[in-house]
Amino acid sequence: MRTNDVMLQTATKVVTFIILMFAVHIFFAGHYTPGGGFVGGLLTTSAIVLLMLSFDIATVKKILPINYVTMTAIGLLLALATAAGAIIFDVPFFTHAFGYFDLPLFGKTSLHSAMLFDAGVYLVVVGVTMTIIQTIGEDE
Amino acid sequence: MMTFYWVSLILVSLGFTGLLFRLVKGPTIADRVVALDAIGISLVSIIALLSLIIETEFFLEVILLLSILSFIGTIAFAKFLERGEIFDRNNHN
Repeated sequence: MRTNDVMLQTATKVVTFIILMFAVHIFFAGHYTPGGGFVGGLLTTSAIVLLMLSFDIATVKKILPINYVTMTAIGLLLALATAAGAIIFDVPFFTHAFGYFDLPLFGKTSLHSAMLFDAGVYLVVVGVTMTIIQTIGEDE
Repeated sequence: MMTFYWVSLILVSLGFTGLLFRLVKGPTIADRVVALDAIGISLVSIIALLSLIIETEFFLEVILLLSILSFIGTIAFAKFLERGEIFDRNNHN
């Protein structure tokens, strides 16, 4: 008999977006309040794991057609490029730059190049944890 | 007001101790899973009371994070108990 878990799936359809929005918030708030790339990546992974729990692996692969190994590589490249980009401007390796810009919708915004490094950390964390979970979950 | 927070903290800690007893003693696995879920909720209350006591708002993200993790952990345990596996490979065949 196939079990029917419609309550779990309906709850997941709502909760997943809350978790993803919280992950984005905690990723962008990492410069001034607790949070950052690592926790944001783990939260995104937990949202995908919740999808995999209430649906199945094949469905999640269909709605998120991402190769997580490539994602890890892109994250490492992004972090390394942010660190190495400082050499072009004749300053030591890993020197970050920041400035205040007037963006059309946000007003006066502080943009910092450590954000790009944090995005690399985020991609690496999501890629590695999802690779681990998918590899273990698909095992016969 | 601070006394009220401390009394609440002591009461929640007493409830936490009862849940720990159920976690250790619980006859079936389902008892232990429910105890773990309630321990997560108690931890959330303890963190909220502590952040009131030491007057900081940097712990508020920990509260939401802990509720999410407790929810996902309980679902994983429940699915493992019912089906014997956590991730289904393919539902639609």
